[in-house]
Amino acid sequence: MELAEAIILSVLAASTPLLIAATGELVAERSGVLNLGVEGMMIVGAACGFGAAWLSGSIFVGALCGIAAGTLMSLIFAIMALGLAVNQVASGLALTIFGIGLSGLIGAGFVGERITSAPHLYIPGLTDLPVIGRIVFGEDAFVYFSLALIVGVWFFLYRTRSGLILRACGDNHVSAHALGYPVLRIRLFAVMFGGACAGLAGAYLPLAYTPFFIPGMTAGRGWIALALTVFASWRPGRLVIGAYLFGAVTILQLHAQGAGIGIPSQFMSSLPYLATVIVLVALSRARTGGSTAPAALGTVFVPDR
Amino acid sequence: MLDSTPAGLLPDETPLLQTVGLTKRYGSFLANDAIDIDIWPQQIHALLGENGAGKSTLVKAIYGLIQPSEGEMRWQGEPMVLSGPSEARAHGIGMVFQHFSLFDNLTVAENVALGLDGKESFKDMSARLKEVSNVYGLPLEPRREVWQLSVGERQRIEIVRALMQNPKFLILDEPTAVLTPQEADQLFIVLNRLKSEGRAILYISHKLEEVKRLCDTATILRGGRKVATCNPKAETAASLARMMVGADIKEVKIAAGRRTTVPRLVVNDLSLAPDDAHGVRLQHISLELKGGEILGIAGVAGNGQDEFFAALSGERLAKDPGTVVIDGIAAGHLSITQRRKLGAAFVPEERLGHGTAPRMKLSENALLTGHAASGMVQHGFVNTAATLSTVDRATESFDVRKAKRDPEAASLSGGNLQKFIVGREILRNPTVLVVSQPTWGVDAGAAAVIRQALLDLAASGAAVLVTSQDLDELTEITDRIAVMFHGHLSEPLATAEASREKLGLLMGGSSLEQKEAADVSGG
Repeated sequence: MELAEAIILSVLAASTPLLIAATGELVAERSGVLNLGVEGMMIVGAACGFGAAWLSGSIFVGALCGIAAGTLMSLIFAIMALGLAVNQVASGLALTIFGIGLSGLIGAGFVGERITSAPHLYIPGLTDLPVIGRIVFGEDAFVYFSLALIVGVWFFLYRTRSGLILRACGDNHVSAHALGYPVLRIRLFAVMFGGACAGLAGAYLPLAYTPFFIPGMTAGRGWIALALTVFASWRPGRLVIGAYLFGAVTILQLHAQGAGIGIPSQFMSSLPYLATVIVLVALSRARTGGSTAPAALGTVFVPDR
Repeated sequence: MLDSTPAGLLPDETPLLQTVGLTKRYGSFLANDAIDIDIWPQQIHALLGENGAGKSTLVKAIYGLIQPSEGEMRWQGEPMVLSGPSEARAHGIGMVFQHFSLFDNLTVAENVALGLDGKESFKDMSARLKEVSNVYGLPLEPRREVWQLSVGERQRIEIVRALMQNPKFLILDEPTAVLTPQEADQLFIVLNRLKSEGRAILYISHKLEEVKRLCDTATILRGGRKVATCNPKAETAASLARMMVGADIKEVKIAAGRRTTVPRLVVNDLSLAPDDAHGVRLQHISLELKGGEILGIAGVAGNGQDEFFAALSGERLAKDPGTVVIDGIAAGHLSITQRRKLGAAFVPEERLGHGTAPRMKLSENALLTGHAASGMVQHGFVNTAATLSTVDRATESFDVRKAKRDPEAASLSGGNLQKFIVGREILRNPTVLVVSQPTWGVDAGAAAVIRQALLDLAASGAAVLVTSQDLDELTEITDRIAVMFHGHLSEPLATAEASREKLGLLMGGSSLEQKEAADVSGG
């Protein structure tokens, strides 16, 4: 029982950055922008978030700085991919490479420092409940926030007019433009939201997951978040399921190694990607029509004026 | 002054909308050159012109999508500057786009909501959508997603969306291009009703007979300039065409004494399952086409024409070789290249991406279909001189206008590229030519050249199969016309006996149902 609880807690912790980063990317991709720079935005968010938290002594300030750093990074991407209409794949890859280097530079002074991790919720009585107590009422603020965030995004996309317009831009930017919607501005906001989420997801790692910063600590989580968006076929509900599934795979892989089960760890770490490929194949086979991906995803838009 | 009913219009001295010296420049190119146009309430005003004459630029400016470089627009006599379509809509200007501005993965109601300004709740909007679509006899199911709908239904969404803004002025860009004659008649009823309600309509079309029937005034553009305003009812189709083109269009000449010879293309009971979810199943198609003959295939887009083309060209293979016979040889199982070697040539509908590789040079594109049978490849190496000479011959024989000797395919205008593609195939002296939408989106001059080339090819003894949605074109050049509906091909009618009514009924599938009913009762 103890072990199961520990595993579930660690799964939740491992899933949260995936969920936050993928939520942001989902919004960006729904508007038609493929930003492959998630990993880069995350790692810069992690470095800046940790630095700010260490200097100020406040996890909250650290989280805000992570968000700001991710947003700034996404602006670089937006200038290239939206402003200058550069190929989105190339710009996104460049952003990741740039971010990994930049985070090493920013974080160099903080390597080896420790902070106090984000506190976990404690409600007397509730948190002490057996089995579910710590799982439901004993998480850190990021976990609750990530769930609120994805519910909010779902409501925004499917229940508000702005969300409808954002989805329309992702489906057919030519039509959206013809109807008078500012496609590039809408995509800019979507990309910035994606950057903010990636920055926060990155900051989560040194602020709550481990109490220190090491270069390259995102360790491919940005790529998993990208795969997750596809895995979820751009639906918020499936994104939650996918995030926890991918998180669980990561943790199981650790436990499997610890228990000495003879599956190569490389195989285990490739599982999220394998699952994504399988889901993609299954989706395209089961498709009755229409398209699962936003139809304008990854295409450059230049309005005629 | 923006009252919600179109009845409250000003008296007749002021036009509803005026453009005064409206000019739009793209770099040094004048897309619109000082255009004056007056739109009056309760009138259907035609806007005529060839591709590239500046029609789209003008309506984009009126709808606020682009800003004019010079000149002004007046709305009910007051100067009007539009920063975007939503301002145009606020004035009471509605627009139905030619290439529908719809979102395939959204529902009908969501599509309509995106065209409105969002002041009412989604629920109220959906209810009003039902109401408006019923009032005008344009039935729509709000919850269906657009990709599931036919072209006619998609256009209904566009029209209902525009009508829900209760516009005083409605712009329609080539609305009948994709409709059957009957669907077009339905549309004219709606348009006449809108006119009688006091609204103004600007109607863009290539179809001159239609304009003569429907419109009260016509403005004709050529090369970005206004060349005339006239009453289309007082003109003939030929005189309108002359104003559009600026010269007489060569009459297509049918060679006298053309004789049909042996069957060159035979299709025997061809059935083919679609290869994707949106496709149409071909069902028991049979036809026989002799040398010297042109057979037309009419039908609304998406009834299996693309699938039929793929089966004939070899892009999709039939299980039974005998289903497609080219010049006496069973070819149903043969690849595209093998079929070309038998003497067949194919011109697909889509010029860029299917007919040519857009970013490759014309000579390279000539090689792509010519490699099989015309000595352009020797020992695995490309004979550049041969590919270039093909380009030169096509340029000369078919009057292809281009900026340099061997430009990229994408840099040519639609008409010139189509002349090149058709020319490339005809220069190979095919015995069978299968061509899909030969003059779609092509200016009248180029269309005449292409149609003449098809007639000449048939006169030289080849069999020509033309798929087209333009009934006038089919009537002009074919000997027989068959209609494709839901993957079935009707018995061909002799063109002289194929009236628009008959073809329209076949295009709507009506005789097919009777035939099926007869089959059921007979079997």
